[in-house]
Amino acid sequence: MEMRGITKRFPGVMALDEVDFELEKGEVHVILGENGAGKSTLIKMLSGAYQPDEGEILLDDEPVSISSATVAQELGISTIYQEFNLVPQLTTAENIFLGRQPRRFGLVNRRKMGEEARRILERMKVRVDANALVSNLGIPQRQMVEIAKALSLDARILVMDEPTASLSGQEVERLFEIIRGLKEEEVSMIFISHHLEEVAEIGDRVTVLRDGKVVDRVPASTNRSEFVRMMVGRPIEDQFPRQQPETGEVLLEVNNLSQKGILEDASFQVRAGEVVGMAGIVGAGRTELARAIFGVDPVDSGEVWVEGRRMKLGNPREAKRRGMGFVTEDRQGQGIVPPLSVEENLSLASLGLNTSVGLVNRREQRKRARKMIEDLNIRTPSPEQEIRYLSGGNQQKVVIGKWLLANSRVLIMDEPTRGIDVGAKVEIYELMNELTKNGAGILMISSDLPEVLGMSDRILVMSEGRITGELSVDGATQENVMELATQGSEAAVE
Amino acid sequence: MSSVVGRIKPRELLSRGGPLGGLIILCVVMTILSPFFLSFNNLFNVGIQIAVVAILALGQTFVIVSGGIDLSVGSVLGLAGIVFGWASVVAGLPLPVALALGIGTGALAGLTNGLLITLGNLPPFIATLAMLSAARGLALVVSGGVPLNPLPEAIRTLGRGDLFFIPLPVVLTLIMLVIAFGILRSTYSGRCMYAIGGNEEASRLSGINVSRQKLIIYTLSGLFAGIAGILFMARLASADPQGGFTYELDAIAAVVIGGASLSGGVGTASGTLIGALILGVLRNGLNLLNVSSFWQQVVIGAVIALAVMTDTLRRRKG
Repeated sequence: MEMRGITKRFPGVMALDEVDFELEKGEVHVILGENGAGKSTLIKMLSGAYQPDEGEILLDDEPVSISSATVAQELGISTIYQEFNLVPQLTTAENIFLGRQPRRFGLVNRRKMGEEARRILERMKVRVDANALVSNLGIPQRQMVEIAKALSLDARILVMDEPTASLSGQEVERLFEIIRGLKEEEVSMIFISHHLEEVAEIGDRVTVLRDGKVVDRVPASTNRSEFVRMMVGRPIEDQFPRQQPETGEVLLEVNNLSQKGILEDASFQVRAGEVVGMAGIVGAGRTELARAIFGVDPVDSGEVWVEGRRMKLGNPREAKRRGMGFVTEDRQGQGIVPPLSVEENLSLASLGLNTSVGLVNRREQRKRARKMIEDLNIRTPSPEQEIRYLSGGNQQKVVIGKWLLANSRVLIMDEPTRGIDVGAKVEIYELMNELTKNGAGILMISSDLPEVLGMSDRILVMSEGRITGELSVDGATQENVMELATQGSEAAVE
Repeated sequence: MSSVVGRIKPRELLSRGGPLGGLIILCVVMTILSPFFLSFNNLFNVGIQIAVVAILALGQTFVIVSGGIDLSVGSVLGLAGIVFGWASVVAGLPLPVALALGIGTGALAGLTNGLLITLGNLPPFIATLAMLSAARGLALVVSGGVPLNPLPEAIRTLGRGDLFFIPLPVVLTLIMLVIAFGILRSTYSGRCMYAIGGNEEASRLSGINVSRQKLIIYTLSGLFAGIAGILFMARLASADPQGGFTYELDAIAAVVIGGASLSGGVGTASGTLIGALILGVLRNGLNLLNVSSFWQQVVIGAVIALAVMTDTLRRRKG
């Protein structure tokens, strides 16, 4: 497969500018680039979602026109998106064969469908029940179903847009095994990822995109800092610029928090000036712990103390009043309000502070929001811009800014840099430095081990709803974190 | 003046620009087609005819902006009007008390909707569908199924009188427009409507008391329906238990034609008024052109579909 001189313009933006790309048989070709570099646009040309304005796509040296998703499928190109395209109310098998169910006399042949689904899942060595409803599956399992769906098409070219974003260590390993197996079957793969360490492990070649142009095409064994330099266009001295300030009084104290089947006796503290990292595999209960502390979900027993005073649990409003802020893992679903402006999103948690006798002082609100946009260096054409048009990194800054405007001193950040490009990640880290220097305390939940090791002052590890250990940052390595994370547990997929 | 214009957000201008453009085009076309269209008398007529639906639609705007829907407003209008009629005609209570009872009944019906949705965990569609039936039934029960009259002279004036040559129903509509505009734009609850409609979970996690706000939102919708009910009965000079039958459909249509999104988070008071005016001008114009009322319904259906389609396209491009 080859793409030549692909150009795509959107109103006001040159999304792709004469991009050349090639894919050999049985090759894993990684595309790297910051958000907005044009990676997604490029692969959408292959899935039939977009047509190029200029340039051509060649398949086996024959020019093809991929005008729709159906055409892409017929050509043997299938795409696994990072967003889930599954129908939760249907079974795994039904989802795998959605729209192409094996039929007999016009009716769906359920038995055959089940058998074929099982065959594919077995080939992937994934233990998911073909008859289970997708709504009952965990996120990593759903990702596996998504992959099974793509495999069931017997694709010659498989496009994967950040397939590892919602998987943890062991599941990623499982996926890589599948990829290696497909390589032997001469399937060609395009792999998009923000995790640089994955690139060398799974990739053959790497094409780096920046601002819609190809920067270079290099072997996957290229040095990591070289990749970063190519992606951002400037060297980043330190990917994790953590400067540990003096720690102060205890801001957050969690005692024996338990919730049947989900959390068991979780206890820890966060001090002013600290970033406490929290590692663990997906499903270990880290997000559940964060939600319990912030009062989103109920608990059976346990206490939370904020700045030396016990807090009533089970009410996010109370948590906010006591100076806590919660940057959720699901930015689109729980963090931002997509149709509203940047200014309104920034003011969301401080709406009450700007209100007297039921009336919102919108002038004051605007003034504060503008200052926050400046302070956090949020890149937006104007405060009135709808937030959904901002990049992931800038959306995340808005979510953090929202809590700063509500005077939060204790921030719980759940996967704060997920889906955010390298340059913006460093900005978020610098912001965390700035906040802790000014006396805030941060609980950072992350599945990105280098991030946990690079940005935390202390590391807590969770497994199966329990905190299985605490490591000082000096003594922590990826290996001993993983050891604690898998204590007494099996991988979520199994 | 220019400073006021300068402060209007581009997004608001965009969402208001489309429907306003449509209304202007519609008026120009009607002026060309009918010599009777462009006169103070006729335009005031349009204003009087849309007043009730416009007030209902303004209340509905709160609900739709917050991502919900209120199917009960037509029935609540009828119930509020009947309670008012019963209080003044049958019970012989003084006018202010009767007014308070009527409008209060509307608000109470709205609050009940809110309670069914928040405490009862019903989807807004189902809760307000239940209220649509129940409120109409109660209106028939209270009235015994027959119109109650004569209403007091003072309230009949509301339906017929003028203030500086402007018909009172139009004045009332404008007052309600200003109130709705202020609520949406500047009150805590108004800002919460946009936030909840745009992303309920994010709003909850940002410390907004979503349940309480929903109670307020549905109560406001009921309150507006109550006021619309008084105006309806005043225009009729009689309290009719069938008053406002199927008006919820016009109210929802006006809000949606006015640029609000049924998925929530988008919509303005002025847009809703424009939506109601588009419906009103269309009906009025088709009447002037002697189009049969059967065909009018077909045309209005087409306009609703067309308006929302162009609006969606415009947004996608913008």
